[in-house]
Amino acid sequence: MSQPDWDKNAVTQVIDSLKDIPGAMLPILHGIQDTLGYIPKGCVPMIANALNVSRAEVHGVITFYHYYRDTPPGKHTIHLCRAESCQSMNGIELETHAKAKLGIDYHETTSDGDFSLEPVYCLGNCGCSPAISIDGEVYGRVSPERFDEILDDVRAQA
Amino acid sequence: MSIKVFVPRDSSALSLGAEKTAKAVAAEAAKRDVDINLVRNGSRGLFWLEPLVEVETPKGRVAFGPVTPRDVPGLFDADFLNGGSHALSQGLTEEIEYLKRQERLTNARVGITDPVSLEDYLAHDGYRGLQNALKMSPAEIVKQVTDSGLRGRGGAAFPTGIKWNTVLNAQGGQKYIVCNADEGDSGTFSDRMIMEDDPFVLIEGMTIAGLAVGATKGYIYLRVEYPHAHKNLNAAIAAAEQAGYLGANICCSGKAFDLEVRLGAGAYVCGEETSLLESLEGKRGLVRFKPPLPAIQGLFGKPTVINNVISLASVPIILDKGGDYYKNFGMGRSRGTLPIQLAGNIKRPGLIEKAFGITLRELLYDYGGGTASGRPIKAVQVGGPLGSFVPESQFDTPLDYEAFAANWAVLGHGGVVVFDDTADMAKMARYAMEFCAIESCGKCTPCRIGSTRGVEVMDKIIGNVDRAKNIALLRDLSDVMLNSSLCALGGMTPYPVLSALNHFPGDFGVE
Repeated sequence: MSQPDWDKNAVTQVIDSLKDIPGAMLPILHGIQDTLGYIPKGCVPMIANALNVSRAEVHGVITFYHYYRDTPPGKHTIHLCRAESCQSMNGIELETHAKAKLGIDYHETTSDGDFSLEPVYCLGNCGCSPAISIDGEVYGRVSPERFDEILDDVRAQA
Repeated sequence: MSIKVFVPRDSSALSLGAEKTAKAVAAEAAKRDVDINLVRNGSRGLFWLEPLVEVETPKGRVAFGPVTPRDVPGLFDADFLNGGSHALSQGLTEEIEYLKRQERLTNARVGITDPVSLEDYLAHDGYRGLQNALKMSPAEIVKQVTDSGLRGRGGAAFPTGIKWNTVLNAQGGQKYIVCNADEGDSGTFSDRMIMEDDPFVLIEGMTIAGLAVGATKGYIYLRVEYPHAHKNLNAAIAAAEQAGYLGANICCSGKAFDLEVRLGAGAYVCGEETSLLESLEGKRGLVRFKPPLPAIQGLFGKPTVINNVISLASVPIILDKGGDYYKNFGMGRSRGTLPIQLAGNIKRPGLIEKAFGITLRELLYDYGGGTASGRPIKAVQVGGPLGSFVPESQFDTPLDYEAFAANWAVLGHGGVVVFDDTADMAKMARYAMEFCAIESCGKCTPCRIGSTRGVEVMDKIIGNVDRAKNIALLRDLSDVMLNSSLCALGGMTPYPVLSALNHFPGDFGVE
């Protein structure tokens, strides 16, 4: 067996620290994704073992929830809101612009590895539509021009 | 003496640059050697004025907004720290019409206090409800909530007191309080504001619920899209534990209540209560059959109160001032207040907590000031992605559960999303079907398959393929989804679809 290209010890630590709480599955998955940025497929048997469930069950949970991913994300993850309030404020124009600017579609990562783009259905910022979030920080009233400025800002911070 | 300056930390304010504004205010004060006490409060919910900076003066808090870092030196020049006049001055915050005409019961402290300061919470009437509840029997607490007329604010509007009474009388050892904080309904943000801007009120409400039904453990199931709420809730829970408001011996009463936040993972359907319970148990969020009701067999098979954030956050004021006080607001069978979230294409978006009975027209024009684009309002969607589109002819309907139901519309969680006349309602109907297809849990066929067929049929209607036939098919499909879906996701997706078709047939190519 070849060594995985992800930190197995970190995953073991997350699992060990959470496996005994009631309903441990989602906290463990969050813990792994928070640590590694994604949930490598190789974690599935480890989680299944620790929680005494089948690998199919773990796989089923991971794939049910939109937030979990099984591939590494870009350096920054952009969540772009597709919901009604943002649509009412030119959100579709923003969506088209963002995809063109980044050269990717939803669920993809730019070739330089800087940005992943994910759709989201509401960020609770509907009073300041259209909204996006980058690495958990929300931005409101995002015009295509402001989108470009925010991207430059985020790149500069890195 | 240092002057108190408030710059919000609410995510909507942050989304418009409040962090940079706060830093600029602090830096400018340091530069000028002025002693200020910078408080990071919640948002007042006047989003067109965010970032809204407030200064405490002997006359009261004076507001300035929207304040960008560029405005900060000018504000200091104008002596804004002593309420000096400036182009951005909005006068006394409490006198701003939009706020002044509200009835803020649940949101009494939102925007006023530092959200994670227990001291601030106590200084603004916090934990008075709990102190009263500790002197009552469980049945007396439930009676207050029943008398208040409070109905579930998550959307289903089920009487909260009846739910609590069922759990109180249920046998089963361990009982749970679960807060549905999966605010997935687009166009809504009042749960987020409570959790970010006054988390203690939710903690207090859940603690009272625990005392009322004999539950010792509570979970807040929070959507992962709300990281600031997560941070503030955890900070507030830690502070409450430290001060003995949570834990093994609440306020030395001998009663125990523990609280934990659990994160969702981006599944809309987990806002449905039984799906949420499955998710909390660590499973796929598949909707459960009812019965058994969660009140009898809920989380881990035990009796469970599951309530929305706003329902639980309304409990402290009910226990503080009594069920009758709360009941005296509102109309008909809709008692108390509703935090309305005015969003979308609107000039003055924000949080408006009002007694039931206000009309959409008052909200949209008196408060909202019409569209942001300056064009006529075409429709509003009330109650999230499963709510009907309401046309101008129904804008005089009062906000009341029954009045909305009579128009085949819903109030839901109180979100109002405004569209101007450029909106294409056929596209909105297609989106509603698409959203249902993306978010369906897949357990029942009408929702799982119906939504995908719905997108296809909408594509044909929009593409002018056999239009008359496909519109008949859309109605037929909607009928199946409405009447045979397991939960509201499939069962209410026809609300936006058919309301769009019925009120705006022209957009569907129907004469």
